Amino acid sequence: MSTKVVMEALSPTMEEGRLVEWKKSEGEAVAVGDVLAEVETDKAVMELVARAGGTLLKQVVPAGATVPVSELVALIGEPGEPTENGGAPAQEQATQPAPDRNRPVSMPPAPPEDAANEAPGPVQMPGPGVESAAPAPASASPGGRIKASPLARRIAAERGVELASISGSGPEGRVVARDVEGAATAGPAAAPPPAPRAPARAPISRAEGPFTDVPLSQIRKTIAKRLTQSIGPIPTFYLTTEIDMERAWDAREALKALGEGPKISFNDIILKAVAAALRQHPACNAWWQDDHIRYWNEIHVSMAVAIEEGLITPVIRHTDVKTLREISTESKDLAARARDRRLKPEEYTGGTFSVSNLGMLDIDEFTAVINPPEAGILAVGRIVERPVAHEGQIALRRRMRLTMSCDHRVIDGATGAEFLKTFKAMLENPLVMVW
Amino acid sequence: MATRARPHPRPRGGLDSTRAEAYRGWLQQMLLIRRFEEKAGEAYSLGKIGGFCHLYIGQEAVAVGSLAALGPDDYITCSYREHGHALARGISARAVMAELFGKAAGCSGGKGGSMHLFDASIGFLGGHGIVGAHIPLATGMAFAAKYRETDQVAVCYFGEAAVNNGAFHEALNMAALWKLPAIYICENNRYGMGTALERASAIYDISERACSYDMANEVVDGQDVLVMHAAMERAVQRARGQKLPTLLEVRTYRFMGHSMSDPIHGHYRTREEVEDQRKRDPIAVWSQRLVAEGLMDEASVKTMDKRMLEEVEDAYQFAEQAPEPEGDVLFRDVYAEQ
Amino acid sequence: MPTLTYRDALNQALREEMQRDTNVFLMGEEVGVYQGAYKVSRGLLEEFGPMRVVDTPITELGFAGVGVGAAMVGLRPVVEFMTWNFALLAIDQLVNSAAKMRYMSGGQVGVPAVFRGPGGSALQLGAQHSQAFESWYAHIPGLKVVMPATPADAKGLLKSAIRDDNPVIFIEGEMLYNVKGEVPEGEHVVPLGRADLKRSGGDVTIICHSKTVAVALKAAEQLAAEGVEADVLDLRTIRPLDTEAVLASVSRTHRCVVAEEGWPFAGVGAQVVDIIQREAFDELDAPILRVTAADVPMPYNKQLERAAKVDPAKVIAAVNSVLYRSGQ
Repeated sequence: MSTKVVMEALSPTMEEGRLVEWKKSEGEAVAVGDVLAEVETDKAVMELVARAGGTLLKQVVPAGATVPVSELVALIGEPGEPTENGGAPAQEQATQPAPDRNRPVSMPPAPPEDAANEAPGPVQMPGPGVESAAPAPASASPGGRIKASPLARRIAAERGVELASISGSGPEGRVVARDVEGAATAGPAAAPPPAPRAPARAPISRAEGPFTDVPLSQIRKTIAKRLTQSIGPIPTFYLTTEIDMERAWDAREALKALGEGPKISFNDIILKAVAAALRQHPACNAWWQDDHIRYWNEIHVSMAVAIEEGLITPVIRHTDVKTLREISTESKDLAARARDRRLKPEEYTGGTFSVSNLGMLDIDEFTAVINPPEAGILAVGRIVERPVAHEGQIALRRRMRLTMSCDHRVIDGATGAEFLKTFKAMLENPLVMVW
Repeated sequence: MATRARPHPRPRGGLDSTRAEAYRGWLQQMLLIRRFEEKAGEAYSLGKIGGFCHLYIGQEAVAVGSLAALGPDDYITCSYREHGHALARGISARAVMAELFGKAAGCSGGKGGSMHLFDASIGFLGGHGIVGAHIPLATGMAFAAKYRETDQVAVCYFGEAAVNNGAFHEALNMAALWKLPAIYICENNRYGMGTALERASAIYDISERACSYDMANEVVDGQDVLVMHAAMERAVQRARGQKLPTLLEVRTYRFMGHSMSDPIHGHYRTREEVEDQRKRDPIAVWSQRLVAEGLMDEASVKTMDKRMLEEVEDAYQFAEQAPEPEGDVLFRDVYAEQ
Repeated sequence: MPTLTYRDALNQALREEMQRDTNVFLMGEEVGVYQGAYKVSRGLLEEFGPMRVVDTPITELGFAGVGVGAAMVGLRPVVEFMTWNFALLAIDQLVNSAAKMRYMSGGQVGVPAVFRGPGGSALQLGAQHSQAFESWYAHIPGLKVVMPATPADAKGLLKSAIRDDNPVIFIEGEMLYNVKGEVPEGEHVVPLGRADLKRSGGDVTIICHSKTVAVALKAAEQLAAEGVEADVLDLRTIRPLDTEAVLASVSRTHRCVVAEEGWPFAGVGAQVVDIIQREAFDELDAPILRVTAADVPMPYNKQLERAAKVDPAKVIAAVNSVLYRSGQ
């Protein structure tokens, strides 16, 4: 009795996938979980794994073929079984999951890598007065549509949470708001083992829970309403400053002179400084949530990475508690895999603040577009020698301009400016970062 | 104690020449209504007037003779066959025709149509489309006059088919019970759409129904404007002076079909009957009387008729060229703006 | 603040408005000499005389029409129906005359009248005397529909209704007449079209009006003991409906139950549900449930009648369902 292997929906928006390379040949033994092939989705190159063991009887499509989601790509079974399409036994057992264009069944997002350990990790937040019974299994109906309440869908979309990865606790497995809230907080329950890239030590959580939700005050509501009417859904304003980078430059030279570890880039230093400054200015480390603001106690800085098809923002989780060396290693890894389109969804969602750097492309200064629901993004220009007044003289100094885009519903002018002031102080005197 | 009505003696002798101007005015109003209704029928057949359109041709003397006996502050409500009453009360032919055309300049802003003509400024409080339902409204208006101790009179026109309806009974009962200055004018044109009076009512003389409420009543010849007027003057006097209601059963005849979309004759009445009734055309009756009494001559009648034709033609042109209702008018006037 | 019954609060509103405006008068069956079938008009005949407190024959169509006619020429009648069951005989006057006069006259003639009386069911009055008709009237453009649940609202809303220039359908509750509550003295006016949050929770919204307000409050109390906090939103005016208040509450709670005394098909709750799904779709975490009378004529038998009516247990069951919570 053979098992059909179909093209799985490996990203939330995937409608078809290109089978990049077969990892198992016909006739080869296959165990459950083995990688059968690499599949390029609209976002990344993902692995298609076996849901049943046996022998790869047939590769139905050749490498390079583009296959719609849920179409047949291979058959697994006992050697010698008939493999013609019509030859499939009537009592076919679909151990391969039911085709579902919205459910990346093969790869539910891993939890944030560091949440797996004994550290005071994120807490599950159950809904009001509801017993936390074992969630119902898959909530997809036979038609393939995921049953979810409108509110759950909205929250999931806002937080970049994949509905299909969530077990619904409502009737007939309906995903309801509390399920999404729980998933966004804790990560999915039944995820495969996390990637072996855990940080050297557990993150330090300085507040209870990963975030604090604060209801909107009347004035925040009014600011949000008025400014949205004024300039669009995200009322953005911009703060620009110029930073003297001489001492940061020297610090980097000194680190390089150590001759060990990864090569620290200015971007790494900026990421570190952003995280350190956010720790002092939690008001800028927040999400706009329509009826409330979510102030994150954790700091996850997204960094914009240009890739061939556009732009992706991998997230360095718990940026503030990572060393410069860890940040450097991780950012290089994330950037490289982003360019190869090998990022997993959970690696490019869930940031709390973003940094976009076009300095290496010789841009002096620019403005970046906010990545909602985040409330701020820093647009970093190049470091260039400029004549400036320095200690009463005109001197050539290494200077860097940057512009922060702020969602005015969350961040007011002075709030943003104070954050930038701290950030600037850190770069102009890197020791402030560890002060 | 109200008793069974006997036809009131017809006014005898010559016409009162001191009222010649008023008499000629009645003829002019009847001609205006006649020519207006003919034009409305034409416009209806050209598709310029929509919906239902109930013509008053043949009954002109009823509205003209009765309304001439009212004062400017009195209240009038009618059924849906009310073009003639609206014109006789003094709504301009232009405003009525524009209303039939559904134009903003219509007397109800184009929102009422043929069945719902209003001009509150002259106490013309509507054509109403549900048979009999407006009779209690008139009772309410008479109640208001009594409540405020004014000498206003509330007049209500309806067809003979309405008297079989509960609203008629309830309204007349309260008017008599509370002694209200109301005048109920039943225009008995013999047919409720296609059902003859004797096929719908257990008694033939509608005036007799007033006996149930101990209410004054009269049977009136509705084809003679002078007779109509005289009967109405008596009713108005009773209402204003004694604060008592009256039921007038006015015998008249509808020369046209029930509405523009109904046949003039057919299963329910014969061509001969209609031809026979047309011999007592109220306009002919009255113009001949005026000529016979020397208050007008043939030529001046013709001139008057021509003037009315011109007025109707002017109203038609006006209605045709008048603008459609615009803007947010659809949602206006559903509720009072407070 | 003095404590009054719902009945006396209405009486106070009538008296104050009749004192304030001589155009205001009361008419209906048994309102005068008998002092009112439910004693709402007690003492008014003595104070205002028979021209302003008018006993009518049993002739609903007739006196409703008289009220409309009087209002058309500037009086402000308060027309009492002994119950809204009897007003079916008058519905032509309410729908064809009162509601449409302003519109079909192109704005010239309004009908500033209040039509009031008890609606819904009492106890074992049987099929013809136990009916809630608010959805019928709320369907009609041109009418306002008001349904107070408390003595204070009864007074404040009746005063507003009498001052309103539109025909107002004012439906009281026979079972509410004896309910007591604090009622502000003198000029206490509750604007039409504003709902009232009778209890503030956060986990679920129970939308109700008239008699179901007390039912909802009782249910909310019981739910609170189980840790579920409910918003109890009293619509007070069915038309115009306070859409803003409905959406504000549902946007907070994401779950909603609508309770009403009427039958389920095309009831007031159906309209409320329509508004919520249109305007707050993305706020919903569960289907909205309605709690209504059973879809049958009201039986006489006590047990059967109880089974047909809305009660706290039915509301709680619905709340549990929208909370995805197994009943306790």
